[in-house]
Amino acid sequence: MLTLLWTDIAMLGLVIGVIVAIWRSSKKEHLRRPWAKVFNNRVGVVSLTVVLVFLLIGVLDSVRLQHHDPLPNGDRNEHAQTLSVLDIILTPLRLQVEKTYSQPFASTAYSKEMSVDKAGVSRWTYPRLLYGGAHLQNPESDKQADILSKLSKGLAQGVAAWCVLIFIVWLLIKNLFNSQSKGVSTSLLTLLVIFCVVGMAASLAPYYHILGTDKVGEDVLYQALKSIRTGLVIGGLTTIVMLPIAISLGLMAGFFRGWIDDVIQYVYTTLSSIPGVLLIAAAILMAQVYMANNPELFTTVEERADMRLLLLCLILGITSWTGLCRLLRAETLKIREMDYVVAARALGVGRFQLLKRHVLPNVMHLVMITIALDFSGLVLAEAVLSYINIGVDPSTYSWGNMINTSRLEMAREPIVWWSLTAAFVFMFSLVLAANLFADVVRDAFDPRYIK
Amino acid sequence: MINYIIRRLLYVIPVLLGVNILTFVLFFVVNTPDDMARMQLGDKHVTQAAVDNWKQQRGYHLPLLWNAQEAGLKKASNTIFFNKSVGLFVFDLGISDSGRDIVADITQRMWPSLAIAIPSLIFGVLANITFALLLIFYRSSALEFAGLFLCIALMSISGLFYIIAGQYFIGKLLALTPISGYAPGIDAFKFILLPVFIGVISGLGAGVRWYRTLFLEEAAKDYVRTARAKGLSELQVLFQHVLKNAMIPILTGIVVILPLLFMGSLITESFFGIPGLGSYTIDAISSQDFAIVRSMVFLGSFLYIIGLLMTDISYTLVDPRVRLN
Repeated sequence: MLTLLWTDIAMLGLVIGVIVAIWRSSKKEHLRRPWAKVFNNRVGVVSLTVVLVFLLIGVLDSVRLQHHDPLPNGDRNEHAQTLSVLDIILTPLRLQVEKTYSQPFASTAYSKEMSVDKAGVSRWTYPRLLYGGAHLQNPESDKQADILSKLSKGLAQGVAAWCVLIFIVWLLIKNLFNSQSKGVSTSLLTLLVIFCVVGMAASLAPYYHILGTDKVGEDVLYQALKSIRTGLVIGGLTTIVMLPIAISLGLMAGFFRGWIDDVIQYVYTTLSSIPGVLLIAAAILMAQVYMANNPELFTTVEERADMRLLLLCLILGITSWTGLCRLLRAETLKIREMDYVVAARALGVGRFQLLKRHVLPNVMHLVMITIALDFSGLVLAEAVLSYINIGVDPSTYSWGNMINTSRLEMAREPIVWWSLTAAFVFMFSLVLAANLFADVVRDAFDPRYIK
Repeated sequence: MINYIIRRLLYVIPVLLGVNILTFVLFFVVNTPDDMARMQLGDKHVTQAAVDNWKQQRGYHLPLLWNAQEAGLKKASNTIFFNKSVGLFVFDLGISDSGRDIVADITQRMWPSLAIAIPSLIFGVLANITFALLLIFYRSSALEFAGLFLCIALMSISGLFYIIAGQYFIGKLLALTPISGYAPGIDAFKFILLPVFIGVISGLGAGVRWYRTLFLEEAAKDYVRTARAKGLSELQVLFQHVLKNAMIPILTGIVVILPLLFMGSLITESFFGIPGLGSYTIDAISSQDFAIVRSMVFLGSFLYIIGLLMTDISYTLVDPRVRLN
């Protein structure tokens, strides 16, 4: 049975909306040309493929089901939990919880403990982990060979899965290998790399904690993968909130001018004059007071955290529309004086038809570029906001929360570096892919960039 | 000119009024002072007397907008809105919820903020311009492609990473600078080195790309082609023509952020334990001191608007083509 949270619905709606938009715009020649340029650019295709893989993980994490976990003796747990599809796929990672910190690929704990061995002698040693490397008799001597054999097995599985994928794609598009487009082949090569990485991780993950475990013993890889959804929701939903406001107000201000322009300019000057972080802080503080005083509105911790995430997107959207609005206003002011608009007006085309048919399509490149550029900024902003405690709920998986909790462990000896590194590497790969894609999109859509 | 400045100054008033009303709605209407008192006093089972006492001490016991019990003008003036919001216009920020004088705190804390912000700005701009000019000089070569990729990669790294990595490698492993802390006077030098260095590095990716587009726009113009045609060397073209003309957008871009330097950087200051306005704001947010957050919102907006005003005026001074209507 499906049980969706508000952000799940919004996230899935967003994905469906994007697919519909792509399908509809693929019929229009003037939109197809810049996109063809993007797909012919190697950097564009590679970064798009990486973003899509992240998106797939995010979508899998947004479909929630009632699930019965297996019990250690193999029976089915009677008590059902609401889990996302990703949780179910990652069941071994989710359930293999250690006591506390352990290093990546470790088979013993991070710190020494007093333990009693079979002979009844108590010793001060590093205890073995419950799950990490637990299948090995002699971790010191066997571990390296075991990891290597699992790696090569995973690599082989990854390549095999990729071959199956190629075959399916080949069945769908027969002239795949003689087509001129660089796009498909580059994308498939990127997928080969991703498949190999996923295959190796999948064959190692049930036996080792690839990225170690955190303070409460949770697998760091699991946390990092779960955080992908939060990053995507913040980047994506904020855009949905921001776009309608920015587009409608920007076009109206530029097109109608006069008092409408004055009012809209006043609103965005006022709003953008308030430092963004402080406005977000104020709004989140107020939301916290409201939630603290109305606990009956939220039945579970999850719902509460979800509401806070939604609210954060809303506030980020409200603080971030001013930039695009200003751009669109300036562009509309230029377009409304163009000959074709004047001609259409002289022919008696109504004002809203004029806006819809002649102005809006000609500012869409600005919208595309802004969406692509803002997305990565929002993913990075989440980490900073969570650090000041005005970001997502502390119970939500997010890179910001991972950084925030592991930051305090930097002073430990030996240093606990893996949580922090995992969060930064995951965030970096998503943001880098998004930024590179944004750059290619801008080159393709911005008329000034034609060389 | 004077006329223009006066007109721009008059426009500031409605914007500040708007900011004021917005913060008032956010802080007092969405949640009543009773809610805030309960939050501050911490417990679900606070007595009404304790709440009333808390409100009385901070002046939140008055009606929000209209005091019907008072006579004459006091009907409007003896309210929360008048006391808490109108006072901001004359920089009477009042006392914080924990009982300290906000104005005194701010005047004391702005110096450490400036000590970090001003060197970061100067060295940041110098570094950005240098690297952007280098990219232009080697344009359409492999070096430029690598440089641009590096810029995007630098932009994609979280600001928190720069700070944490800097503190760990430079502060802890190499022990070149103290990891965090601050000392007044000349001793501050060794404490601001690391924050300034990290501030410059973390702004490099976005900054170089931004200056590069400015230079590229300038370099595509006719006078640059003429300069090349008459046989000037590439370096002469870059420094005497492109850089000189691109200084207008560069300077106005700097002018707009000058006033905001007072506000300090939230993250940098709190990581490095610098007692500036940024860490002041963060402390206020985490201790939920609404009076300080409200004052900082107002101060921030005020400085931003001053920045806009200074930009407009500097445009008219620098660029003779800008007309004043």
